[in-house]
Amino acid sequence: MDSAVEARRLSKEYVRDADRVVALKDVDLEISRGEFLALMGPSGSGKSTLLHLIAAMDRPSSGQVLVLGEDPHALAGRALARWRNVHIGFVFQSFNLIPVLTALENVALPLKLTSLSAKEQMEHATTVLSLVGLGDRLHHFPRQLSGGQEQRVAIARAIVTDPDFILADEPTGNLDAASANEILGLLAALNRNHDKTIVMVTHDLHAVRFAKAVRYLEKGVLHPAGEQPEEWIDRSMSVTSAPSAKNSPEVLL
Amino acid sequence: MAIPLSYNFRNLMVRKTTTVMTSAGIMLSVAVLVASLALVNGLRTVFANTGHPLQLLVLRNGGTSELGSLIPTDSFAILRSKAGIAIDGRGEALVSPELVNVANLPSVDNPKGMNITVRGINPIGIEMRSIRLTDGRWFRSGQREIVIGKSVARRYPTAKLGSRIRFGKGDWEIVGITDGGESALNSEIWGDFNQIASDYNRQDSASSVLVRATDPVTLDALKHSIKDDRRLNANAITERDYYANQTVSGAPLEFLGIFVAVAMAIGSGFATTNTMYAAVAKRSKEIGTLRTLGFSEASILLSFLTESVLIAVLAGALGCALVLPLNWVTSGIGSFVSFSEIAFRFRVDPKTIASGVIFSVVLGVLGGVLPARAAAKKEIIAALREG
Repeated sequence: MDSAVEARRLSKEYVRDADRVVALKDVDLEISRGEFLALMGPSGSGKSTLLHLIAAMDRPSSGQVLVLGEDPHALAGRALARWRNVHIGFVFQSFNLIPVLTALENVALPLKLTSLSAKEQMEHATTVLSLVGLGDRLHHFPRQLSGGQEQRVAIARAIVTDPDFILADEPTGNLDAASANEILGLLAALNRNHDKTIVMVTHDLHAVRFAKAVRYLEKGVLHPAGEQPEEWIDRSMSVTSAPSAKNSPEVLL
Repeated sequence: MAIPLSYNFRNLMVRKTTTVMTSAGIMLSVAVLVASLALVNGLRTVFANTGHPLQLLVLRNGGTSELGSLIPTDSFAILRSKAGIAIDGRGEALVSPELVNVANLPSVDNPKGMNITVRGINPIGIEMRSIRLTDGRWFRSGQREIVIGKSVARRYPTAKLGSRIRFGKGDWEIVGITDGGESALNSEIWGDFNQIASDYNRQDSASSVLVRATDPVTLDALKHSIKDDRRLNANAITERDYYANQTVSGAPLEFLGIFVAVAMAIGSGFATTNTMYAAVAKRSKEIGTLRTLGFSEASILLSFLTESVLIAVLAGALGCALVLPLNWVTSGIGSFVSFSEIAFRFRVDPKTIASGVIFSVVLGVLGGVLPARAAAKKEIIAALREG
């Protein structure tokens, strides 16, 4: 299987109040195309930092990350912005929809950077919103939507440019259990039916069950594949199995 | 492709109060500027509309105004005999000796009295002007009769058709109202040359002599001929230039208006900067999100700059609208040349409005550039966390 992401000795340090904080330390990671990887770990373990480095939203202190064989950190300015638009669809924990734009306008926003005509942009965004089950909420503003609906709009926005990756940072962190299931089912369907490579940061052991693989981070160090810290083994024992993504009521993909 | 304008418009609507407060400052700055420009524009129009292109005003050598000039009566014949002087239909040379003085009358703006130009003139002088009688009749030779310009009639309560006003050695009856288009002639009182010369004890001289050349080429030759004639000891300038130079009378008010507008603009520029910095801080997470979606730093800068310019242009348009009614306002200003009041109408024309709008755009750009740059330079992760 082709490699989608290759991280080599990837490290990230922050300086906070004259103290050096190591967020990631010598992380080696390979993610295959079509993978649905869950990144787990306690708060401050470096999960989100790793996601930000893959999306080239932040720069590593040392090491290298190749995405589809290319080092995005070698790009700058407009080229780097364009790279993000083409390759990355990012889903935030708190949805990050633009409050003054409707669901349709939010989803069409990344298409402003493409060569599609205004009409095509709207048609495309409408189609994607319908696919996530929000065809009847096109002209609703974020404040008029439930949390689950907002996250579905955010996912529609993330996939509207047909990116290679969907990077989701705690996508169910602000949702109730039912909405969380819908979102996870949606992500699983995107992975399964559309072969999207997904990297999902989560605390939620229940969410992990939707992923194909899971890796653990602790204090900036990535545990080897297949190795699960004891703390997480204990917790996973108490988690019941997830509902099948196929049966998730909102998944239309 | 840029971030859609609807994003900026709606954000301005969401922050209604802040938008209105910021706009108010810019609106007033633009209004003051446009009003000042409208004043000078109106004044310039009055002076530009005064004078015939083929006419020269002969003044004493070194004299810059009719009021301070003196041309002896024996010069009149010399001027009439000059080559290139135009002749009217009756064969009379278009040469008009005129006597200029000032009368003081209470005006609507200044009840204690304002100076008005009094011009002693012969029928040939009237013939040489584009002026018509709108009411009453012309003054008669040898009578203490006068006609007044329409602006005098409008701005001086005691100056009404049929009434008498006092200047010189006694009362003068107003027998007619004149209309000189939109020219300075509307701010003058005209009477018989000899009668006025007698009142002011100036029987042996005129203040100026107005002469008309036959054509534009001759005009220049005539001008030099008068200047070079040692018998005259006089200078000649075109009538148009003489009045155009009086536009300088509006300069102090123009300077004051622009000074106040700029001072206010500095304040409102800072207010815009403050508002935009607040917007950037409040929308930090949105900035991070937009960058994550693929919008470049330049797109973010352009978007926030556009928003700042939108506020300013909106305010500028309101500022221009605020002063539009000035178009119907007539006022008066003291001329430094004639030492009398020149009435004029404020003129808010497309050029003045364009100046106001450009001024507001500049304010928007200057007020918004630093916050927009700060927005563009935010690190994505820091921006997402700030929100």
